[in-house]
Amino acid sequence: MEEIYAKFVSQKISKTRWRPVPPGSLQTAETFATGSWDNEENYVSLWSIGDFGNVDSDGGFEGEHQLLCDIKHHGDVMDLQFFDQERIVAASSTGCVTVFLHHPNNQTLSVSQQWTTAHYHTGPGSPSRSSAPCTGVVCDNPEIVTVGEDGRINLFRADHKEAVRTIDNADSSTLHAVTFLRTPEILTVNSIGQLKIWDFRKQGNEPSQILSLTGDRVPLHCVDRHPNQQHVVATGGQDGMLSIWDVRQGTMPVSLLKAHEAEMWEVHFHPSNPDHLFTCSEDGSLWHWDASTDVPEKSSLFNQGGRSSTFLSHSISNQANVHQSLISSWLSTDPAKDRIEITSLLPSRTLSVNSLDVLGPCLVCGTDAEAIYVTRQLFS
Amino acid sequence: MEELDSEPTVTLIPGVNSKKKQMCFDWGPGEMLVCETSFNKKEKSETVPGCPFIYIIRKDIDVYSQILRKLFNESHGIFVGLQRIEEELTGKSRKAQLVRVSKNYRSVIRACMEEMHQAAIAAKDPASGRQFSSQVSILSAMELIWNLCEILFIEVAPAGPLLLHLLDWVRLHVCEVDSLLADVLGSENPSKHESFWNLVTILVLQGRLDEARQMLSKEADVSPTSAGMCRILGDLMRTMPVLSPGNTQTLTELELKWQHWHEECERHLQDGTFASSPHLESLCKIMLGDEAALLEQKELLNNWYHFLVTRLLYSHPTVKPIDLHFYAQSSLDLFLGGESSPEPLDNILMAAFEFDIHQVIKECSIALSNWWFVAHLTDLLDHCKLLQSHNLYFGSNMREFLLLEYASGLFAHHSLWQLGVDYFDYCPELGRVSLELHIERIPLSTEQKALKVLRICEQRQMTEQVRSICKILAMKAVRNNRLGSALSWSIRAKDAAFATLVSDRFLRDYCERGCFSDLDLIDNLGPAMMLSDRLTFLGKYREFHRFYGEKRFCDAASLLLSLMTSQIAPRCFWVTLLTDALPLLEQKQVIFTTEQTYELMRCLEDLASGRPVRGEPGAQRLQEDIENTKLEMLRLALARNLARAIIKEGSLEGS
Repeated sequence: MEEIYAKFVSQKISKTRWRPVPPGSLQTAETFATGSWDNEENYVSLWSIGDFGNVDSDGGFEGEHQLLCDIKHHGDVMDLQFFDQERIVAASSTGCVTVFLHHPNNQTLSVSQQWTTAHYHTGPGSPSRSSAPCTGVVCDNPEIVTVGEDGRINLFRADHKEAVRTIDNADSSTLHAVTFLRTPEILTVNSIGQLKIWDFRKQGNEPSQILSLTGDRVPLHCVDRHPNQQHVVATGGQDGMLSIWDVRQGTMPVSLLKAHEAEMWEVHFHPSNPDHLFTCSEDGSLWHWDASTDVPEKSSLFNQGGRSSTFLSHSISNQANVHQSLISSWLSTDPAKDRIEITSLLPSRTLSVNSLDVLGPCLVCGTDAEAIYVTRQLFS
Repeated sequence: MEELDSEPTVTLIPGVNSKKKQMCFDWGPGEMLVCETSFNKKEKSETVPGCPFIYIIRKDIDVYSQILRKLFNESHGIFVGLQRIEEELTGKSRKAQLVRVSKNYRSVIRACMEEMHQAAIAAKDPASGRQFSSQVSILSAMELIWNLCEILFIEVAPAGPLLLHLLDWVRLHVCEVDSLLADVLGSENPSKHESFWNLVTILVLQGRLDEARQMLSKEADVSPTSAGMCRILGDLMRTMPVLSPGNTQTLTELELKWQHWHEECERHLQDGTFASSPHLESLCKIMLGDEAALLEQKELLNNWYHFLVTRLLYSHPTVKPIDLHFYAQSSLDLFLGGESSPEPLDNILMAAFEFDIHQVIKECSIALSNWWFVAHLTDLLDHCKLLQSHNLYFGSNMREFLLLEYASGLFAHHSLWQLGVDYFDYCPELGRVSLELHIERIPLSTEQKALKVLRICEQRQMTEQVRSICKILAMKAVRNNRLGSALSWSIRAKDAAFATLVSDRFLRDYCERGCFSDLDLIDNLGPAMMLSDRLTFLGKYREFHRFYGEKRFCDAASLLLSLMTSQIAPRCFWVTLLTDALPLLEQKQVIFTTEQTYELMRCLEDLASGRPVRGEPGAQRLQEDIENTKLEMLRLALARNLARAIIKEGSLEGS
């Protein structure tokens, strides 16, 4: 990784997300949002990596990201998602779910909608409610799904004041993350190593399917679905393991890959190049997994010279992607481990890397060491 | 007790009149609580409205600066890197490494200073602007001291190169000259610029003779009268022997050459070569190291250490480290001239010139408002093996003491506590206990934060703290009616007692509602089930229900029986278990064998005989009646089942 820029921002970063580029546009990512946690005052901030026209002549600050605007957020930002180009949904440790609206004209953020007690506990025998942290949120315009420590699943619509659907006691333990499988189905992971599929067409509070890790019930912290093959799902666990699941068959993961030394906080398939996967962890590392299937040209590159082959192989796999998409490189049954190349992206170990996001050739991640790292040449 | 080095500063608590009221306080790890007491100082009990607040007093206020947070975070990475420098590295490579680390620290300070400077310019109200500016000057002083320590203690430059380093040091910190240079060169007629001669003088004072020569040539171009003089002085500047890093000449050679050059300068001065130009003459005097001429430029020199370095450059270019303090002291005296007394910064620098590391650290501790500087500098010097002999009469050694102070300050902060962990890790003596004390006091607002704290504890095998954190979370979950979560946490803590408690809650809920909650958890307990007997029972009992639901009656029956015979089931639950056996006994086919039926009967009689017979009135009596009816029904069902089983087994054997 040649060009990776770090900026210290005086707040611990819990989430980083690229603003989606308009469909069909040729633009590359240039704006991202971050959320902070564990500060006395937390913020949702928008940053730009675009050039402002006043770039220093010496080029020293060219790659650095600049703060566009920020807004105070009550409680830790537990999760953050772009709803559309202008709107950002933030999940709070106070159980509140907020939609922020970005006004590009005067570069400000404002609250456009808020569900204050989306997640809450009810104490034994008393009707009093105490707030429960909302741990995950996922958006699929116009729907917003949130999960929380209270084991509750909420389905919101951007234009509705009340939740459209709530599944109380959906999980007996804490739900850590949620993602859409295919509308109207969602996928949740919890703190006892289970992956549950929920179908909003069904009534009642039972999941339509439960998949789980065997044995030690290791908590799962993150989940992401393959962008093209909706049955392929990756999760990351407390022990730093990466699990790949095929939700069509079996109740156990297809493969378990030893990865980080501590909690894996996030896992993301590359949205347009899903043979590449990215993970980050409490142990302070950020990894790039390359599973582009064996192409003859690639093996010859292998012989020629070491590490660079990862990057060189990219263009080939990119073209090959179309006809290879039928057999996913992540599900192949032969011991695939030796075919996956792993690159560590951060120059040195730091405190926990809490979040990452990839879009096109750009990657952003945020750490507890109060730094935001950005690179614009992932596959250079 | 040692004597106090300086008077402690007085902090006034707003709203408290300490003349009338007494105050009380309590120490915390990094802060202090202060409040007013209801005791009056004087006898008469006049009721003055008191101060209703409890104040938190923090000593390390710099921790709360937004900009300095970057310094703490960035230097944390450098610190951790330094601790990992392999001990095997020796000699040159080790020294190079340490110098690099030191430079990294300094560049972080500089970056911070830069940002603070921007903030000071952008500040909207003058008060905060002043605050930022004062922070800038503190940071700049820190960098100045650090740089000098780097030259003297880490680089350990010998005679010769020492002066080159000191020159760099001065050039780096007296940097107004660069903007002046640009200003003058940018003007239409540089040599007529009002600051032209000031600029040339500063360049000479800083030993930037090449640039000074270029300036002189500009002067020569426009005034033919002084062109000759300028050329001669320029030649003197060009021929001044200096040590260049790549050069192999010895110090003695250099000294000899320098002596010749010096004499030549002297000759020119005595011959009155520059007599017609006071500017040039004074430059020549400076180059001769003439103290009086140097002191005339006090304004341009700014401070005594600049004076010291210039003086060394033109009179003792091969000064040895051990002689430094002598020149430093006399420079300070000459420069201040008895008009003012030295300030803390002067004392610190002087201590460094005297190679008194401990004095440097002590003075810095007193003068600076944070522990960051002394903790990191001391640690670095300790890695240079410079502090080993020194032991404190309290705690462990000085490095550890300062690191502990700094880390405690971080832990007192709402969000910087994570940085503190690594500092404690590298304090071999008291770090561990300090961490144990501090980590338990981190508020656990969300499970995610708790997981981070847990990870810290687990990595360090702090089992006691792990258990306590899990217990806190389990208790919280119970209070929030999240039994599944509570059970998970007690399993993680391997806390059998608490697991039993939660299992009981589950069983009670089952008895009340007739169905289990949190099946996703109970069905997947796996080996964790063995944590406590009650939990095992809960898991097995649920398994019985599953068998029953799946119509695997024989498996269900033998499991039910074994729950009682193996004594896993609590006595109070036996009635429920036996009642659960009823539908199995009433099935069309025979499920319990004779053997099993006898066992069941024995259990039933055990239970019945163990019951206290009390003739209490009212509701309790009614309850007892119901129980007795249940027992009678069971006896009947068992007897019938026994009969059927005997027939079945008999006929099977017979056939």
